[in-house]
Amino acid sequence: MTQAIGNFRRANASLFAVGALLAVFLLLAVLMAANAKDPGMTIQAWTFVALAGTFLVGMCMWAGNPPENDPFDDTEYEDGIIKWGVFASMFWGLVGMLVGVVIALQLTWPNLFYFPELGWTNFGRLRPLHTSAVIFAFGGNVLIATSFYVVQRTCRARLAGGMWPWFVFWGYQIFIVLAATGYLLGVTQSKEYAEPEWYTDLWLTLVWVTYLLVFLATLWKRKEPHIYVANWFYLSFIVTIAMLHIVNNLSIPVDLAGTKSVQVFSGVQDALTQWWYGHNAVGFFLTTGFLAIMYYFIPKRVNRPVYSYRLSIVHFWSLIFIYIWAGPHHLHYTALPQWAQTLGMAFSIMLWMPSWGGMINGVMTLSGAWDKLRTDPVVRMMVVSLAFYGMATFEGPLMSVRAVNALSHYTEWGIGHVHSGALGWVGYISFGALYCLTPWLWKRRGLYSTKLVEWHFWISTIGIIFYIVSMWFAGVLEGLMWRAYNEFGFLEYSFVETVEAKHISYIIRALGGLLYFSGAGVMAYNLVRTALGHGEASAAEATKPDVTSDSEPSLQPAE
Amino acid sequence: MYEALSSFAQTGGLIYFVVMFGVALTYALWPRNQETFDKAARLPLSDGGPGDE
Amino acid sequence: MEILDKHGVMERHSLLLTVGILIVVSIGGIIQLAPLFYMENTIEKVDGMRPYTPLELTGRDIYVREGCYVCHSQMVRPLRDEVERYGHYSLAAESMYDHPFQWGSKRTGPDLARVGGKYSAEWQVDHLKDPRALVPESVMPPYAFLAKRKLRFANIENRLKTERIVGVPYTDEMIAGAREHLIAQVDPEADFDAQDDLIALYETAAGRQGTVEIRDYDGDPDTITEMDALVAYLHMTGTLVDFSTYEAEDLSNRR
Repeated sequence: MTQAIGNFRRANASLFAVGALLAVFLLLAVLMAANAKDPGMTIQAWTFVALAGTFLVGMCMWAGNPPENDPFDDTEYEDGIIKWGVFASMFWGLVGMLVGVVIALQLTWPNLFYFPELGWTNFGRLRPLHTSAVIFAFGGNVLIATSFYVVQRTCRARLAGGMWPWFVFWGYQIFIVLAATGYLLGVTQSKEYAEPEWYTDLWLTLVWVTYLLVFLATLWKRKEPHIYVANWFYLSFIVTIAMLHIVNNLSIPVDLAGTKSVQVFSGVQDALTQWWYGHNAVGFFLTTGFLAIMYYFIPKRVNRPVYSYRLSIVHFWSLIFIYIWAGPHHLHYTALPQWAQTLGMAFSIMLWMPSWGGMINGVMTLSGAWDKLRTDPVVRMMVVSLAFYGMATFEGPLMSVRAVNALSHYTEWGIGHVHSGALGWVGYISFGALYCLTPWLWKRRGLYSTKLVEWHFWISTIGIIFYIVSMWFAGVLEGLMWRAYNEFGFLEYSFVETVEAKHISYIIRALGGLLYFSGAGVMAYNLVRTALGHGEASAAEATKPDVTSDSEPSLQPAE
Repeated sequence: MYEALSSFAQTGGLIYFVVMFGVALTYALWPRNQETFDKAARLPLSDGGPGDE
Repeated sequence: MEILDKHGVMERHSLLLTVGILIVVSIGGIIQLAPLFYMENTIEKVDGMRPYTPLELTGRDIYVREGCYVCHSQMVRPLRDEVERYGHYSLAAESMYDHPFQWGSKRTGPDLARVGGKYSAEWQVDHLKDPRALVPESVMPPYAFLAKRKLRFANIENRLKTERIVGVPYTDEMIAGAREHLIAQVDPEADFDAQDDLIALYETAAGRQGTVEIRDYDGDPDTITEMDALVAYLHMTGTLVDFSTYEAEDLSNRR
């Protein structure tokens, strides 16, 4: 009893602390808005005031009418936040993919999709919006939601920190809106995948450190000394992203009430820092984070322990060790000293091993349950995501070889490569997790329609194939055309001829993107109907999560 | 200084990796840890509420 | 008491894991990044590099704002076809005042590291306004609105000061005169004193003559537009270094 009261007091304290923090930032934002040095800052500051204000008011209203039960009851999991996370992932995923389709169409039919008077709709502003929306808004929300789910289940403990996890979630959404509206306004520091300006970076730092503390504090509540390996991957994702984000965004604002800032590093140093960040954003955001999903959701869904726990440990340490060195392969043949390029290349090739080790570990978890590939399209989606992971992590080391990179760099091949990783690996493992989470969280018997998952799977897979094949073709084509010489020893093609040659590929790519986006639309519909309890999801369920296996968990790991 | 640091980066990096890999491998293959790992691998499979063992 | 002990183990395990991760990911980065911060050894000795003039700097800010780096690299690699297509391969020294760098990662359009001097200002303006009027197969967005928007430079002194904090050698005179210099560079008819001052200061910094161009870039002498600034920047990109005195084979330039 006393413990329950103690819990409630602590939770209340977190409410006040979050409220006070928001109030301080609201005050700062109003000051910045009032003294804004440029129109961008005026809009950004008021946007922040509106969003953080809504959060604060909503929180106060909720606290003013406390629910019957202790809202931070330690004997129950905090699942409300994860439901929001599922919704946010779906929403931002659709937004990001739609913007992707639009910019693909802009490159395909520039006369139709550019508007001379609307500068903010140009490719240069929408492309960062697309990349950030799919990586940080979609991917980030999937990671926050699944990490909160997994850490609670594997620690058998409710999320720590009372109101603080909600601050992480809503604070992150505010970051997304600030970043996205900033891109449209032309507020950018031009570092790829790290475009937001200094104040948005500071806000994200605050949110991210809170995220780390909530995650760690939840780990501290666990009963077992051993921490499940998925949490290792999540932890490395959170810790490393914090480090990368802070170092890569070191900058000095020109004015405390202005959007513009100046990077501390310049030239070569800035380039290496940026690609140390950029490559490890791939490594720790798009890889370790989603490998954590693999290590929890695949075993859970097929109801078998992971193939080899030992392999997962070796996988973890070698992956995070090697990844951090591989950045310079983005700078082959540039003004970066050659030893650094060689070092980056060597580690990139080594990276192939842990990547495939992890893939094998995930796929082999199914051993003895291969029939699920046929019967459960959600399992199939996750296994195909591993196949794409294997493909992209083979292609990556290949492209990091200097001689190959001389051809592939700056071309559409790079775009094809990242999309086989993004659409195939990150997208499919996320979709798999969302398909698992929705019935589990809303306590439904299953998904609204398994048939629609089949549709989603095939529409998207055809989309991915269109996308990556057309980009491979376009990339190799333009790479060869750039270096082609005629019989007199002159360059054979002008640059614009190489642009023209990619037109058909661009059409196929746009179609592929559209298919992939449509597939995600089908998923969103399916998930909403599932949450509402329609169709196959209807009959009341089930205190037990939706595990489709009919057998008891097998007693021994498949190792 | 630059030469010293850059040559250290090239050789030191590899040595550092081999050592680190050895430590991780030893931990993973240490016989006494087998039981912990078997138990850990089953963590996601059982459904329990907060506080359950 | 027993619970407390156990709790200690928990925290030890998770902190050990966190610290282990931090060590693994930070040491690799430090070993790899640190050597490059010994600048004088990483960057060649060249003649001609100078800080951007206020007009060029604001033009560069527009280049950044519009996301030009998304489709245009500024890094000519030392490969035969690139050197023939774009010009001398890029040197590290050429981006030493670039906060942040603009090397790019994708060539949906051509490399711009040496676009300066390749086209006339009129061509640049017409092309930016309607790329497909000049290059029918182009997929570049139109930037006609830049020619209508007045350039904002109320904060230009602070802008230069911030560059100086991070190591760009702007002198007190350059900062104090930033406003006049900006206006003077884009208006050949006015304020000859400011023009002389601008040229003297920046050519001294460059150590050679002919690196500061004064002209009305967008063909509209009445207003200083964003187009003026952007074209001023494009016009000088990659033109600063004097390659007649640069010796690539010199031992101190090899790395």
